[in-house]
Amino acid sequence: MKRSGAQIVWETLKHEGAEVVFGIPGGAIMHTYHPRQDYGVRHILVRHEQCAAHAADGYARASGRVGVAMATSGPGATNLVTGIATAMMDSVPIVCITGQVEVPLIGSDAFQETDITGITLPVTKHNYLVTEVDELADTIHEAFYIARSGRPGPVLIDLPKDVQMAETDFSPPKDEVVLPGYSPVGPGEPDAVQRAADLINEAERPIVLAGHGVLMSGATDALVAFVEKVSVPVTLTLLGKGGFPESHPLCLGMMGMHGEAYVNHAIQQADLLLAFGMRFDDRVTGKLDRYAPNARKVHVDLDAAEINKLIPADVPVLGDLRRVLEQLMPLVKKASHTEWLARIVEWRSESDERDIINQPHNGRLLAPHVAHAIWQATGGEAIVVTGVGQNQMWAAQYYHSDQPGFLITSGGLGTMGFGLPAAMGAQVAQPDREVWAIVGDGGFQMTLHDLATIVQEKLPVKVAVLNNSCLGMVRQWQELFYNKRYESTSLVNPDFIKLADAYGVRGWRVTGPEETRKAIDEARSHDGPALVEFQIAQTGDDGNVYPMVPSGAALDEMILRPTGKAGRSKE
Amino acid sequence: MESTLIALVEDKPGVLNRVASLFRRRAFNIESLAVGHTEVPGVSRMTIVVDSDRTDVLKVAQNLHKLVNVIKVDDVTESPTVMRDLALIKVKANADGGSRSEVLQIVETFRARVVDVSLDTLMVEVTGTDEKIDGLVEVLRPYGIVEMVRTGRVAMVRGSNGASKE
Repeated sequence: MKRSGAQIVWETLKHEGAEVVFGIPGGAIMHTYHPRQDYGVRHILVRHEQCAAHAADGYARASGRVGVAMATSGPGATNLVTGIATAMMDSVPIVCITGQVEVPLIGSDAFQETDITGITLPVTKHNYLVTEVDELADTIHEAFYIARSGRPGPVLIDLPKDVQMAETDFSPPKDEVVLPGYSPVGPGEPDAVQRAADLINEAERPIVLAGHGVLMSGATDALVAFVEKVSVPVTLTLLGKGGFPESHPLCLGMMGMHGEAYVNHAIQQADLLLAFGMRFDDRVTGKLDRYAPNARKVHVDLDAAEINKLIPADVPVLGDLRRVLEQLMPLVKKASHTEWLARIVEWRSESDERDIINQPHNGRLLAPHVAHAIWQATGGEAIVVTGVGQNQMWAAQYYHSDQPGFLITSGGLGTMGFGLPAAMGAQVAQPDREVWAIVGDGGFQMTLHDLATIVQEKLPVKVAVLNNSCLGMVRQWQELFYNKRYESTSLVNPDFIKLADAYGVRGWRVTGPEETRKAIDEARSHDGPALVEFQIAQTGDDGNVYPMVPSGAALDEMILRPTGKAGRSKE
Repeated sequence: MESTLIALVEDKPGVLNRVASLFRRRAFNIESLAVGHTEVPGVSRMTIVVDSDRTDVLKVAQNLHKLVNVIKVDDVTESPTVMRDLALIKVKANADGGSRSEVLQIVETFRARVVDVSLDTLMVEVTGTDEKIDGLVEVLRPYGIVEMVRTGRVAMVRGSNGASKE
């Protein structure tokens, strides 16, 4: 059966179960676009290729499948790079297909030529330049396998125009992938698992650090069963949120720079850390040489290069987390850790008292109240996609859920502008779920043009813009650590409601706390995309994210939440 | 301290670039890297010498292994290993001035070979351990080294097992 390279792309994408592609056509990829409709794969035309990559990322995280982005050569391909790097840092499976100039022109500085395989080498799990149409189907099949297996990640396929046009006898790719240098890990090595179990059975103050790996390996149920047997409290990294039910009595909440003080305190006081599918990012450890000084460490991860990278493990266990937990279950003894858990409850009550939600209200519109109100209104059932910065931390602190994978956020790369396009991808993956993008005014303006895509595709995404007219997290650092010199962080913003209106998105403006819930409810019941702008307090304690581990401090040297009337303002 | 890694890699375009890019990105310090074909078609072999005082060799091996095109990585530092480096050294050796006979004597002492002769230079080929070549370079230097090239270390573990067989 003769097929062109272009046809093989869609045939193979269908074979891989890809139902949707996010992208923008252009000179070097339009030949591939041409036969798309014959294959029934949906295409979502974004307004900037960065959004194609972020949307594929959001789609992958919300569906558990591989997201696909497509772009032309040159600027189309380079615009994908931020999205690819974002997916790489957070281990998200996406496949990006880029057009390339014809093979004989490669290296000649042809129009819209760029060395995208060279550019993306350090930010992809693997990438390909396909020069023979005969290799195309197997390459795409291999790319999907590499993207989703082991530690997932982005894979890029660069496809020269003449390869798209060339014809070959097509046969579907063989299921089996032959990659002599690639073998994802399975269960843990039994000796290592036994040694981990021994430490768990000996520990008096054990604590679980649950990362993105819990979600990625589908280990949620196994982790619940495990901690219920051994009565070990669970702390979450930012990307660990959504991997363990937050209403569970053993769930303490988020750790790290903006984690709750009692959570960080518990980590510092623990005698055993069970690091499950997490990588000791600097945002969760604070100063490394004073991190959990009394604790032995068991580190379970499927990437050997993550173990002993930053924190030496007393017992490293290389393996898939779900299977390691299943191996551990019969080896660990039932325990209650009553005293340890009681101490944590004590610490927790002090933190709870300081929580702004539990403080008397000063009448200003504060971001924590907004995130809290969205949580209450949606009953924790929405998928929440965030920007990066203060908005991200407030969403993480005040939106809690038992839904696996409810939080979609750029944790590793910290990509401002991620929120809106990733929410778009999540909504495509979960058309029947409520999707909220909680973004800041700074990041929102980096990708807000894709409101047009949301309207064109009739995606009912709800956007909460936390508008403090500044780059809030940078401003917070300037206030706390840079002598209040607010260099280049003040923003003169457009009228976001008029802007939404121009795109055909219904908008609400909220300026005071009493309007918050009404606007959220109206946005929720509006049939279609909606934008709510919250004009939140910018300055002083009202405008900052607390608690906070200052950069370079140990994890328990936190700046606590200010007490007294919520949002005392000095400025 | 130096450590020696042997990596078997797929012989595909760009693999050397992937390895070099990895070293740069992770800030690994390497002393030398030699690459060539093996007895298996489609498989190339890299011998990588790492300055293990400045770079964690285990991290280099683990990260190399994450590259899809890298088939196998072995740290052979502690294994009984034959290690060789090859150098070509063009040294001033004037027939008239009398230095030529001295250079020839040194070449013989180091079991090196003269592979090219001009009016006022000799090209010397020497194979051996890094130390041996360093030694020869040291004694030839006073005569004036015009040009030198070294392959970098290649290594093979002694005994009957091959690196490409498990």
